[in-house]
Amino acid sequence: MKIGLIHSLIRKDEKFLIDEFKAIKGVELKMIDDREITFNLGKDKFDLDIVVERCINHSRALHGLKLFESAGVKCVNTYNVATICGDKLLTSCALAENNVPQPEVRVAFTEESALQAIEEMGYPVVLKPAVGSWGRLLSKVNDRDAAEAILEHKTVLGSYHHSIFYIQKYVEKKGKDIRSFVIGDKCIAAIYRTSPHWITNTARGGVATKCEVTEELNDISVRAAKAVGGGIVAIDVFESAQGLMINEVNYTMEYKNSITTTGVNIPKKMVEYVLQVAEGRK
Amino acid sequence: MKTECPVCGAEIGLAKDAVQGELIECADCGTELEVVSVNPPKVQEAPQEEEDWGE
Repeated sequence: MKIGLIHSLIRKDEKFLIDEFKAIKGVELKMIDDREITFNLGKDKFDLDIVVERCINHSRALHGLKLFESAGVKCVNTYNVATICGDKLLTSCALAENNVPQPEVRVAFTEESALQAIEEMGYPVVLKPAVGSWGRLLSKVNDRDAAEAILEHKTVLGSYHHSIFYIQKYVEKKGKDIRSFVIGDKCIAAIYRTSPHWITNTARGGVATKCEVTEELNDISVRAAKAVGGGIVAIDVFESAQGLMINEVNYTMEYKNSITTTGVNIPKKMVEYVLQVAEGRK
Repeated sequence: MKTECPVCGAEIGLAKDAVQGELIECADCGTELEVVSVNPPKVQEAPQEEEDWGE
């Protein structure tokens, strides 16, 4: 079995994954550095059974997956999943189309219409770039003055994709949210992310503790995963007064802080899934 | 398997299972480093975060 792992920097997440692949007899792991590879469209013949995507740049991940799939190589995750998860607007559409609960989301294309949408939603709301990660450039908007200022700044200072205004109703989460890990058709583990700041990403200092995978959490996590195309995904879940709802779905999931916390060998389960897909059992 | 931190000059020992591209931290100055070569051992400052980095 020949497995390609496309990457750039090797973080602890990738190191754990590499170790698990190396522990499997019959697996030949080929490291593909996205800073070095070039593609020759229509002519590439990759001697690989499957490619596992672990790029740190969304743009390289997305296009690399497309190019490998175009050359006839199976990928985990797929280009389709990366496309949807890499764009919050597309993710929200996929969740809505599949009746998966999420906070109220409105989208507008101009400052004026965005302000009108925010006023209709009521404060606070969260303005997010449709493409972005690790909590970068999220704005919690508490009143009209802040809304006007942020919308103007995004319009004047932002690149064009910041003028697609993705507006999410703020959900009071009492200092924590859930990160659940889905592989295939099962939620294998979950953590709470707790922070005194309203942004709870562990990349921004959120602290991880174990969260039990209840039937309800498994159900909504798997439904969210399937809505975006399935595979290996990490899902941000809010515990709201109305029940669980999905905030975001991540397709190059980070788990290095969650292995000890949950007691689940997440990279090992990822490897098992990749082998199943490569062998056509998934 | 030793090299030195390009920032503070401290001695950096690579682990036996170190791989090219791996992120490590200088124990002396805390700088995040990338292993650019295992044999011979060579490290450089890790790239700065870019706008599309993430999950």
